[in-house]
Amino acid sequence: MLNLWLGGANPRGRALLAGMLAVLAAAPFFVDSYIVSVLILVFYFAYLGQAWNIMMGFAGQLSLGHALYFGLGAYTGAALYVKFGLSPWLSMPVAIVIAMAVGAAIGALGFRFRIGGVYFALLTIAFAEFTRILFDHFTWVGGSSGLFLPVASRQGNDLWMLRGAPIMFYYVWLVLTVGLLILCRALLASRLGYYWLAIREDEPAAQALGIDTFRYKMIAVMLSAGLTAVAGVLNAFYFNVLFPEPTFSINRSIELILGAIIGGVGTLMGPIIGAFILTPLGESLTLIIEQIPTGVQKLDGLKQVFYGLCVVLIVLFQRAGVWPWLARKLRLGADGGKGGA
Amino acid sequence: MNLLEVDGIAKNFRGLRAVGGVSFAVPAGAIVALIGPNGAGKTTIFNLIAGVFPPDEGTVTFEGARLDGLRPDQVCRAGIARTFQLVRPFGGLSVEDNVVIGALRAAPSVEAAHATARRILERLGLWDRRHERAAALTLPDRKRLEVARALATGPRLLLLDEVMAGLRPTECDQMVEFFHEISRETGIAILLIEHVMRAVMALAGHIVVVHHGEKIAEGAPADVVRDPAVLECYLGEEAI
Repeated sequence: MLNLWLGGANPRGRALLAGMLAVLAAAPFFVDSYIVSVLILVFYFAYLGQAWNIMMGFAGQLSLGHALYFGLGAYTGAALYVKFGLSPWLSMPVAIVIAMAVGAAIGALGFRFRIGGVYFALLTIAFAEFTRILFDHFTWVGGSSGLFLPVASRQGNDLWMLRGAPIMFYYVWLVLTVGLLILCRALLASRLGYYWLAIREDEPAAQALGIDTFRYKMIAVMLSAGLTAVAGVLNAFYFNVLFPEPTFSINRSIELILGAIIGGVGTLMGPIIGAFILTPLGESLTLIIEQIPTGVQKLDGLKQVFYGLCVVLIVLFQRAGVWPWLARKLRLGADGGKGGA
Repeated sequence: MNLLEVDGIAKNFRGLRAVGGVSFAVPAGAIVALIGPNGAGKTTIFNLIAGVFPPDEGTVTFEGARLDGLRPDQVCRAGIARTFQLVRPFGGLSVEDNVVIGALRAAPSVEAAHATARRILERLGLWDRRHERAAALTLPDRKRLEVARALATGPRLLLLDEVMAGLRPTECDQMVEFFHEISRETGIAILLIEHVMRAVMALAGHIVVVHHGEKIAEGAPADVVRDPAVLECYLGEEAI
């Protein structure tokens, strides 16, 4: 029987999870602003990896264009704030609906015409790319010269308008990341979760058991897209600047799935663990590179090389990801990911 | 009354006539065997019934409603479950979860599906293996799992595609006994493709023989195995 919240994890695992949460909740009071900014980046990757994992890890549908949903969320939130002064919390539902609609369109195209696997992934890349080009020429939201959110002049944190210090964003990200973990846990234990896993494992067999595979793949894509858009809105308010090129780029699409791949595709903790491993290492690397006097500053790509190396190592030595291996080593019990281990 | 009626179904694959106008019926509660040499079109007939592809000609009627043209999931929801000749377990999932997924077809909740899965796994002797990954099972166990998963969907007709192949004679007899029991208890009808004649003779009340995509004989087991046309296609002309 699956316990909804903590099923699979033994007392050790629960204690560790609770401890980790407590440390993260208290962290901003003890560490400097740089560490807070790195942790925000960790949450960003953990959340997005988790959202992507619903589609790939649970339902087995590979998307390499999640920057599309992220970007749609970011631009929707930013534009509604800049043009109409709308709170991000009110624009979030709009962003979710838009991303879900686009996700549904891509899903319907791919699944209806039986474009599977790598070809489906190419379709997702294509949509992200041409949306990027579209936004380059979409002058209402700034086109290629970018969209800027006015930074509040007054002091203090305005949670309603998401104007304020990084610490406020830190907690918003933390709540969202934990919330998504709980949501995914509940999904996996539900009928929907079982159907997704069946489709991931063997689609014809799933269909023979009465599962309307088209419908449940569509739900996975739309849910994943909508959740990704939420991160887009939040990120836009955190950075206050949006350009089509970095927002919709394939780099972002790839970057946001690395944590999940390193941590363990299809597991609940994988995307989170992956983000905690990759981001601090990547950021330290950036710091180190900045110390090296090169004169021309042409070592920008080194972080990407490092990420690539991590993926290669994982694929070679621990294909299921770090988390299943770590969970075994620490004797934390099975991950709720059911067979993801 | 006939539960399933197959009327003149035909299927061509790029000009090759895999099935050419086959008709037969499965009465309610009956166990019918579909036999024939390799390549006779038995599995194609199964796929036509199960909705993997639509027939080019003919109709399939189940409980009075047309099935041809429906998708596999719709056929399953109509009350027909099938196993695959080459078993297709959800390899990365546990044995229990495999059957739970099948049980969710009819179960109102995940908890109810677990209860159904447990009942079926116990009966098929797989309960002790419930936590194992399905991919780690031996072939006979994977065949049992395939049957368990199909049964869990709560069908009124079960299509079994060579579930006895690879089983030892004692295991085969156990399976036969199991199918007799569930047929008696639940009134489920069974249509099976089978090469193991030991199982066919023990199970089926009626046999349909196909050869080169056509029905060449049909009737009670004792009569069918003496039919000259059947002997010829199985053993060659000289053997008669």
